[in-house]
Amino acid sequence: MILKTIERTGALFLGACRIFIDGMKILLETLYWIFVAPFQFDPHRRKPLDGKAVFEQMVFMGFDSVIIVFFVTFFTGIVLAMQSAHQLDRMGGVIYVASLVTISLCRELGPVLTALVIAGRIGASITAEIASMQVNEQIEALDTMAISPVRYLVVPKFIALLFMLPLLSILGDAFGILGGYMIGVFNLHINSGLYTQIAFKFLTLKDVYTGLSKAFIFAIIITMVGAYQGLKTQGGAVGVGRSTTNSVVMSFILVILADCVMTGIYFFTGN
Amino acid sequence: MDINQGNVLLTHRLFKTYNGRQVLNDVSFEVKRGEIFVIMGGSGCGKSTLLRIMAGGVAPTSGEVIFDGKDIGGIQGEEKEKIRRRFGMSFQSAALLDSLSVEENVSLPIKEHTRLNKEVVRIIAMMKLKLVGLQGFEFYMPSELSGGMKKRAGLARAIALDPEIVFYDEPTAGLDPVACAVIDRLILDLTKKLNITSIVVTHNMESVFRIADRVAMLYKGQLLQVGTVEEIRNSQNPIVQQFINGAIDGPIQLEDKLSEAVY
Repeated sequence: MILKTIERTGALFLGACRIFIDGMKILLETLYWIFVAPFQFDPHRRKPLDGKAVFEQMVFMGFDSVIIVFFVTFFTGIVLAMQSAHQLDRMGGVIYVASLVTISLCRELGPVLTALVIAGRIGASITAEIASMQVNEQIEALDTMAISPVRYLVVPKFIALLFMLPLLSILGDAFGILGGYMIGVFNLHINSGLYTQIAFKFLTLKDVYTGLSKAFIFAIIITMVGAYQGLKTQGGAVGVGRSTTNSVVMSFILVILADCVMTGIYFFTGN
Repeated sequence: MDINQGNVLLTHRLFKTYNGRQVLNDVSFEVKRGEIFVIMGGSGCGKSTLLRIMAGGVAPTSGEVIFDGKDIGGIQGEEKEKIRRRFGMSFQSAALLDSLSVEENVSLPIKEHTRLNKEVVRIIAMMKLKLVGLQGFEFYMPSELSGGMKKRAGLARAIALDPEIVFYDEPTAGLDPVACAVIDRLILDLTKKLNITSIVVTHNMESVFRIADRVAMLYKGQLLQVGTVEEIRNSQNPIVQQFINGAIDGPIQLEDKLSEAVY
């Protein structure tokens, strides 16, 4: 019984290690195609980046996600303002709703909520696309044409999300702050100028930085998980469905985990 | 195991094991330059695996695949890329990238591996499409094509870089008899006109007799017989006879076919 538990834990741990190694391999190959291959001296080994594909991905990942990011963060801002107003009212500090909403959005909720929304929207689509190509022999076809599937499929998505997720996070911060402002001004009747002043009084540039650094890490996690799950897909349409689900679940867990670790680092180093 | 002038590719004592199951068992043969070499066998006999090993996509457990004087079984990295550029492969499902039009699909390997300008790449792609009779369909998306047309587009892509060997995985699977005949004619035509070597995996006996110069019969991972079409037709081997006649009674038992179907 005990032996079996140990055995199972060991197998689970080994499985996790294997996934981590495979994911790292994809990440290293991606970085090779971004930072090494385009600058090779030998023209036959030099492979430029596909700017058009990157741009297309940016539009799809960034611009097309603005509406869903708006809905999630705007209403979160509203809820946050209402909940905290209730508590702060008892201590007679309703006015601090403004800074509470702003700081918690910039440091935490903006990047994390945006990343979760994007993991659902973009992570799933990355996996579904690569997975269905995998089960239709298209990945193998790329391979036989001596075209790296990572370079052709993953690199444009990686670059695009690396730029777009931080930008979406900033937008998310702004939408959330706007939501808080709506409650503060129209419901709690705080003077508009005063609300804005308090909102940004305690906000430092460092708060925004920490939020953005998180967004970068989340972007790497979402693309790599999506690519890994897509590339290892087996077993037809069922396999595509399974991989897509796994991709979203894994992204969610890793995003929250990474958030916890990074917040811990900032917390204990006093940032 | 010499490479004489006539041989373009040869396999030497290939073994392949997948999850403890012996898929290929001591397979050796040679393919001559400019011929159409057909590997036939029932479902699950290992012929697709054999094709992938020869094309450098899958590494054999042991044994060698000799191409151009070198063992290409399980090579990696840049060497592999160089070799694969000299091969073309046509897939069972055509495997066209569905986000690209027919012309973009054919252009893709040319764009990736040459430094030609866009206009020239387009002209080459159009030429290849014309060779397979798909002129006028260059702007179609793969989802708008019929099965036979997809296969032809896949073929155009396979010959895009003027390969020395083209591998065909079940080129006529799932096509109606007329479309089958068209594909067979195309394989014959391309092989002779472009002076390439074709290696075809199929279980369609009609096409075997239509296109093959030489045939290899694979059964349960083992090579039963290699010979010309005539030799295969007059084979004394009961398994070969049962297979080419499609008879129910014989040494190939229905049970083991059913049990293979379960996997």
